[in-house]
Amino acid sequence: MKILVCIKQVPDMEAKFKIDGAGTWYARTDLAWRMNEYDEYAVEQAIQLKEQEQEADITVLCIGGEQVKETIKKALAMGCDRAVHVAMEAVSSLEPLQIAGIIAEFARDQGFALIFTGMQSQDRGSGQVGLLVAEFLTLPAVSTVVEFAYEAGMATVRRELEGGTRACVKVATPAVITCQLGLNSPRYPTLPNIMKAKKKELRTIPAGELLKVAPRQETAKLFFPEKRGGGEVLEGEIGELADRVIQILKEKTTVLS
Amino acid sequence: MKSLLIAESRQGKVLGGSYELMAFAGELASDTVMFLVGSKEALPAYGGRLYLADAAEVGDYNPEAHRELILQVIAEENPEMVLFCHSSYGWDLAPRVASALGAAQVSEVVALRDGMPVVPVCNGKLRRQVQVATTRRVFTLQAGAFSPSAEPSGTPEVIKMAAPAPGRVEFCGYEQAAVGGVDLGKASVVVSAGRGIGKPENVKMVAELARALGGEYGASRPVVDAEWVEHNRQVGTTGQSVAPKLYVACGISGAIQHLAGMKKSEFIVAINTDRDAPIGEIADLLVVADLKQFVPLLTAKLQAR
Ligand SMILES: Cc1cc2nc3c(=O)[nH]c(=O)nc-3n(C[C@H](O)[C@H](O)[C@H](O)COP(=O)(O)OP(=O)(O)OC[C@H]3O[C@@H](n4cnc5c(N)ncnc54)[C@H](O)[C@@H]3O)c2cc1C
Ligand SMILES: Nc1ncnc2c1ncn2[C@@H]1O[C@H](COP(=O)(O)O)[C@@H](O)[C@H]1O
Repeated sequence: MKILVCIKQVPDMEAKFKIDGAGTWYARTDLAWRMNEYDEYAVEQAIQLKEQEQEADITVLCIGGEQVKETIKKALAMGCDRAVHVAMEAVSSLEPLQIAGIIAEFARDQGFALIFTGMQSQDRGSGQVGLLVAEFLTLPAVSTVVEFAYEAGMATVRRELEGGTRACVKVATPAVITCQLGLNSPRYPTLPNIMKAKKKELRTIPAGELLKVAPRQETAKLFFPEKRGGGEVLEGEIGELADRVIQILKEKTTVLS
Repeated sequence: MKSLLIAESRQGKVLGGSYELMAFAGELASDTVMFLVGSKEALPAYGGRLYLADAAEVGDYNPEAHRELILQVIAEENPEMVLFCHSSYGWDLAPRVASALGAAQVSEVVALRDGMPVVPVCNGKLRRQVQVATTRRVFTLQAGAFSPSAEPSGTPEVIKMAAPAPGRVEFCGYEQAAVGGVDLGKASVVVSAGRGIGKPENVKMVAELARALGGEYGASRPVVDAEWVEHNRQVGTTGQSVAPKLYVACGISGAIQHLAGMKKSEFIVAINTDRDAPIGEIADLLVVADLKQFVPLLTAKLQAR
């Protein structure tokens, strides 16, 4: 059984973002980079499936510049078997349709029984890529999965809906699954596994070889949201801050009376 | 211009997001037709043409069949714009429809600017204005971003649709989240712990602050997913909605799905080390501090009063 997991490298969201020179994306400087949170669940699910189906073979794929290799190595150290780095520095200029097109072009005719993606990326957050990969490959897809079980060519999953309701869904493989927060607890790579990962196959393919889809949209402008007025910001020594907060709560609310 | 509104129904009830689609089309002065997989017993309050397929035959979740039906309506009506809610139903179906149409899809639209859709980037810290290159376009709209200005009304002219062949994804039914336990909705003060608490032992300091303020403690989703706090205390779209007199967010960034569950609170205090955290946009008071020092100190001062 062959499994594909698609991962993206994203900045830590607590960073102080700046807008790049072209005004269409965030500047890539002074950021800490990590694996998209939703994709960690995808990687973990693939590895758990391999623990169950021992002959399984997991390929992890990431499109991006040279630096995404760090994130790819983490996925290998978690337990993926091999990696494909689709090399392109200006990856943020691609729209989700093109990202999906690249992934589909790579996966076509490779016989992947399951393709796992995150339900969305933390920076772009379109939530489209996984479903579009399925469309390109005419595979069935289930999005927003919080529970996953596999047996004999059939995946039984739970989709998460609003208000805590879940939908039980069955789908025969091959299929695409997009992973939602809470699906599992992603493992930390152990030191021996980090060492082992160094010997695993990491193939690089130039994005140009797989990019066959033209964009249907582009970013006109990136900007900071206007601050909603009225909110007060308090900074300083914490003892004074605490006194000030108590005073404000007395003035503005009834909870301390 | 004409827009096709993809309304939503679950277990026989029309969901409120359907009316937000009407509000958005209204802002663009667009004509509308509506599509719904639902029930003729529970029609949306809508005065236009409604293409209706029976959920009892098609199933609430049957994405390939729903796509097929929507494509039939599009062939009939030829709309330039197809609007979905950015919901578990909409974000699942929209890419399938956009792909079949060869249309651009823009996800989670929060506003219009110079006639172009605007979407959030980086957990809501930035906004992106999108230029669409295709005539046909598919948008999903963020919940709550476009509100109907008046109570929706009207009775639709219903066009019944026959159920298409079922798709490859089989829907086997709903599971309700376990109910019971704490009802955060009744508390006059809710103090919530976010991922910023760092480790499970720190839930206690948040709970103690809640007690000192005479309220209950809640949590953001990652804290619940990590099993540091039970699910019945989760605040947000996939947890509970609360509107207390005072909401204190400790180490919570302010993702839209969390805000959806607490933004109606009367007074909001956020404690965060990141001055730019998106929670600052809705907080009445943002305290820039490390919660691990600040929360116990505030609790002690409240107890000493
Ligand atoms: C379909 C869907 C449904 C969802 N439903 C929900 C939901 O119901 N509820 C929900 O909460 N989320 C929900 N989410 C998740 C949501 O998108 C966010 O991932 C989540 O709310 C983030 O939680 P957080 O703010 O605690 O963590 P983070 O976003 O990681 O934020 C942590 C914050 O803590 C601050 N911080 C760090 N250290 C400290 C310190 N020492 N002192 C003070 N501050 C500190 C940081 O600056 C940061 O702002 C949902 C997501 C999806 C896709
Ligand atoms: N550059 C990329 N390389 C590999 N996979 C990606 C990339 N961008 C997005 N994905 C996958 O697509 C999912 C959804 O992304 P998005 O549609 O941007 O929200 C992510 O969780 C990843 O699994």
